[in-house]
Order: sequence, then C-alpha cells, then structure tokens
Amino acid sequence: MYLTINGLHKNFETKNGTLIVLKDINMIIEEGEFICAVGASGSGKSTLLRQIAGLDSPTMGEVRIDGKLVTGPGPDRGMVFQHYTLYPWMNVQQNTEFGLKLQGVPKAERREKASYYLSVVGLAKFAQSLPKELSGGMKQRVAIARSLASEPQVLLMDEPFGALDVHTKESMHEFMLDLWQRTKITVFMITHDVEEAVFLSNRIYALGSRPGTVRKEMTIKLPERSHHVKRLSVFHDYRDELMALLRQHGQEALVAA
Amino acid sequence: MRAKSLNPTVFWRLAEDIPKPLNTTLVVTSIALPLLLWFLITAIGNIDPKFLPSPAKVLEAFGRLWSSGDLLKDTVASLWRVGVGFLLACLFSIPVGLLMGSFASIRALLEPLFGLIRYMPAPAFIPLLILYLGIGEEPKISLIFIGVFFFNSLMVMDTVKFVPKDLIEATYMLGGNRLQTLLQVIFPHVLPGILDACRINLAAAWQLVIVSELIAATEGLGRRISVAGRFLRTDEIFVGLIVIGVIGLGFDLLFQYLLRVSCKWASNKR
Repeated sequence: MYLTINGLHKNFETKNGTLIVLKDINMIIEEGEFICAVGASGSGKSTLLRQIAGLDSPTMGEVRIDGKLVTGPGPDRGMVFQHYTLYPWMNVQQNTEFGLKLQGVPKAERREKASYYLSVVGLAKFAQSLPKELSGGMKQRVAIARSLASEPQVLLMDEPFGALDVHTKESMHEFMLDLWQRTKITVFMITHDVEEAVFLSNRIYALGSRPGTVRKEMTIKLPERSHHVKRLSVFHDYRDELMALLRQHGQEALVAA
Repeated sequence: MRAKSLNPTVFWRLAEDIPKPLNTTLVVTSIALPLLLWFLITAIGNIDPKFLPSPAKVLEAFGRLWSSGDLLKDTVASLWRVGVGFLLACLFSIPVGLLMGSFASIRALLEPLFGLIRYMPAPAFIPLLILYLGIGEEPKISLIFIGVFFFNSLMVMDTVKFVPKDLIEATYMLGGNRLQTLLQVIFPHVLPGILDACRINLAAAWQLVIVSELIAATEGLGRRISVAGRFLRTDEIFVGLIVIGVIGLGFDLLFQYLLRVSCKWASNKR
C-alpha cells in the first residue's frame, strides 16, 4: 500500500448550509500504478486531488503516502495542473530547476537533474526558451519535468490534457505511457475523459456525483498500450461501461437536485 | 455583388496596429502641427508677445535663462525634490502594496484608510505641511510622498490580484514556503505591473513638485513660472512649461524602456 485514502469526507460550508462534496472515499494505490479517477463535473474529483496534494485538508479521514500522513503540500507529490503553471519570466531550464532551488539543492546538482528530466520529456533543445514560446503540449511536458525533477513518490495530475487539442492530446497520451513505463512512477490522474482514462490507466476509480463517492473500481487489462487498442472491442467494452456508469449517476444527481 | 465585409480601412481599424510609416507620420504630426500653428499665429496675427510670444522669442528666453545658469539651477532643484520624494514613496509603497495584495489581513487593515486618504487631494495638505514642517525642502518632499505613496500602494496591491492562484499552489507543491513564494514568485510576476504603476505615479509627483514650488520656494521650475508670471515674462512661462513637459516625457520613456528591458517575458502582454 503506497498511497492510501481512508474514509475521506469533505464538506464545504455555503450560504445554503453544508455541501457534502466527497463522501467516504477509500482508495489504495500500489507503487508504480497508473490510476485515473474518472468523474463528471460535481464528482468532487478536483477536490479529491487537492486533498491528496495537501492544498486543502479533509473534513474527515486521511491521506497517507508510504505510511506518512499528508498534512500539507510538498515536493514528495509532484502536481501537474490543468492550466499552465510555468513561471513566465523563467526559461524552461530555470522552470525545471525551480523546485530544487526552493528545496535548497546546490546549483550544479539541480542543473544536472533538470537537464536529465528535460531530456526525459524530450525538451532538452528548448532549455533556453521562454514558456510563451512553447506550444500547450510542450508547456505541460515542462510542467511534468519540473515535477519529476524533485523525484516525487507520486505524480498527481489534474486534467492535465484538458486544455489541449485532440491531436496534441493523443500524442501526450503516448508520451505519458512511455514516460510511465520508463520511469516506473506512480501516477494519480483525474479526468472526465473516459477514453483517456481507459487508454492510460491500469486501474480506474469511477466517481459518482453530488456527493462524490467511489461507485466502481475497474482494473483495465488491455493486450497492448498503443493507438490500435482503441479499435479493439475490449477497449470499447470498458469505455461503454464507464460511460453508462457516469451517465446513470449524472441523471440520478439531476433527479436528486 | 460584393460580399458585405469590413471596409479595408487602415486608419480606423479597431485594436490593430497601423503600418510603421503611417505611425511615424502621425507621431511627427502630433508634435509638429501645434508647433506650426503656434508659429503661424504669432507670425501672421498681430498678437501681443506678452499674451503669446512667438517660438523664436521663447527660444531666445530659453537661451537667456540657460546661459545665466538659472534654468539649470531650477531644473536641478525640481528634479532633486521629485527624485527624493518619489523614491521614498516607492521605497515604502512597493513593499506595503505587495503585502496588502498578498495578505487579506493586511489589506483589511490598511485599504480603508488608504482609500480614504487617496481621495484627499495632496495639495490640500500644503497648509498643514507648512504648519508642521515650515517652508524648507521637507514640506515639498512630504507633499510628493503623500501624493504618490497612497496611490502607488493601492495600484501595486491591485497587480497582485493578477497572479494566478495555480502558480502559487504550484510553488507550494514544489516545496516553496510562503516567504519564498512571496519573493520568488509573486514579486517577479508583478514587477512589470509595479514599474507601470510607478511610471503613472511619477507624473503625479512631477505635478506636485511644481504645485509645491508655486507656494513657497526660492528656486525650481514652478518658482520660475510663478516669478515670470509676476513680471509678465510670458516667454519664460513658456520655457518653464516646455522644460517640465519634456523632462516628464523623458521619465515616461525611461520607465517604458526599463519595463521592456527588465521584463521581456511580459512584453507581448501589453
């Protein structure tokens, strides 16, 4: 058990009383897994990720990483946001080094690490470029390199490809799979894109909406991880099942509201 | 039939750049046309030079004041007052504004007070300043300080609003503490905004120094204008006005240049 979420509840106090956003979430993620939490809007998936990141604290329950209780944000969890969060005044190299700089890593060491992870994401050539000179997909790759440079125990991704066009998204999917296989990093990603989740993850948590709960846990077994797989019936079965699940719960939520 | 479309106008295009030659022509016209009009009116019309001196007469007065050393002395005196008052105001207002923007607590503590004082015109403080500080340099510098500090603090505060929350949280996730986030993320992010706020408020400082010198001073460009007015030396009033304008414009251009050089990353945003 590497990343565990135990009995996590999250409420928000609003003008109209208490809003239950997450209700009794339990998850167990092993080292080296690629996990997607899939949910429609209102499933509290972003809120869930924020609890794991430590940017917000749960009303009840806990998040543990390698046994250690999460009490706040920190570089042991790399975070890739949906919106571009590169520092616009720093070039790609400086952006990638920045986490290490904040942590007080000596200059030579952080330069070396940053260069290594920039080459891992295939952007070594762009080390001196400013973020505004990069495409959306390249920006997210720098953000990934920046997170990896701190050598986190888990990479958290908040709909990281949501803002990208279809073609860039596809190439980022292949990039992610390749990266995952090479670095053996544990990935926890949230998305509303069902195909993305099936294609990338080895296990999926389907979240129901209002309040967000785990409705189903699915292990994904695909014969291979490449584009062709999207034409196989096994891929379609997973996708349809998830779609039906999300749709059904979406309607329930509407009725309840 | 011709498709209905936007006319291929160049001059009236909304939010578009114009060709460089046209731009240059218009910029030159902007200065040259009033000068030409001024020249023509004084040359053709029979106008009393005490009312409107010709450009040649103003140039002559400029030469006179320059060679006597008075103009330089006045300019230096005004520049010194603006320099000290404005730098002091920036020195305090930038950190204060940054804190107000970054911490809701500091904002709640200071914003009501600053918002109130901002609406008190700085020249209205002159009688008080004279009462408290006499008629030396102190009240003049204080006047500039009051006129710049509150505005600049609030404007710097506003720039912090535009730092994306994600950027701050990303910094926490990378292991940054609050002080590091403030100094290494928020400050560089708002630096272009700060420079711009200072540029705008420098114009206010420059106005206030002239106002302060109109009241009580032995030297300074404002003093020069007021003395010239008393003796009906209209040409010298014009010299004073033009010198004030040119120096102000020079400062403005200097700030714009600083902004371009120090914040290349932000250059496309404005």
